[in-house]
Amino acid sequence: MRVGILYSRVRAEEKLLFEAFTQRGAEFDLLDDRKLVFDISGGEGSGAAYDSYDVIVERCIHHGRALVSLRILNDRGIPTVNSAQVAEVCGDKLQTTSALTAAGIPSPRTMVAFTAESALEAIEALGYPVVMKPSIGSWGRLLSKINDREAAETVLEHKEVLGTYHHSIFYIQEYVEKPMRDIRAFVVGNETIGAIYRDSPHWITNTARGGQASVCPVSAELNDLCVRAAKAVGGGCVAIDVLEDPERGLLVNEVNYTMEFRNSVQPTGVDIPGNIADFCLRVGHDGWQAANE
Amino acid sequence: MTMQTITAVAECPECFGEVELKDVMQNEIIQCGECGADLEVVEVDPVSMELAPEEDEDWGE
Repeated sequence: MRVGILYSRVRAEEKLLFEAFTQRGAEFDLLDDRKLVFDISGGEGSGAAYDSYDVIVERCIHHGRALVSLRILNDRGIPTVNSAQVAEVCGDKLQTTSALTAAGIPSPRTMVAFTAESALEAIEALGYPVVMKPSIGSWGRLLSKINDREAAETVLEHKEVLGTYHHSIFYIQEYVEKPMRDIRAFVVGNETIGAIYRDSPHWITNTARGGQASVCPVSAELNDLCVRAAKAVGGGCVAIDVLEDPERGLLVNEVNYTMEFRNSVQPTGVDIPGNIADFCLRVGHDGWQAANE
Repeated sequence: MTMQTITAVAECPECFGEVELKDVMQNEIIQCGECGADLEVVEVDPVSMELAPEEDEDWGE
């Protein structure tokens, strides 16, 4: 079995994964995305450097680099974890919400608009407060909780004037009155292997922004919801953010395809990197489809 | 890239303070205890560090 690990920088997660593959006796090569050159013209020898891998594990920190690399590799028939399809859907919140809705997964009410005027209409239709997010982005960056019309007009103008065109595809979500916490659940293949609560006095609960992790029991309901959400985006190893709405129950908010788990191994007691490594080796051995069944 | 790890003391390229490196590997990100700068270990033999790349808009999970 020949494994490649595509990475941008060695963080705690990458070191834990290296250790997990080593413990399983799996040899792996480390592929620095800053040094990659893909010959995608299809001529003789193009892509030969990667064709011999049974599976490539994607751990890029750049969504753009991950997406392009996975697409090229999958088009050449090289299995990856996750697949290009999963990266494409999860890397764009707009696509994630659309896929979840199509699969009947409960999620916060969301609207999309392309001009400041239509976005303001959407915000007023949802009712204040609303949350506006860049459709591509992570770690709680550039999230805006908009409490009134004046704030809405200000944020919309700033996005139109100062942002790239991506920021004028307005992704607007209802604000869910969650209990000062959300749930981060880890799905590998067909199972929710563990979950944490992320408690924070701030409405943004990401652990990258200071949210505190504690164990969240994986109920049958949470497992079923998260596995269905993972299937909706294409399967694989994903981390699912779930909100607890006081009236509607569990709502799937986001799905992350290059999951960070350094703060979750200890509170859950689950060997998350080991589970990911096992899944990757199954993909390398049996293929993406079989590993997800 | 090598899987070799090192334990050493190196100089922070930002504040020139001493940074203790314990079992770090190439491309690992560490933080300077004195100035707080994120540093990347670009070489382990001999050890060499640079300021880590600035966060880009598409970084994340």
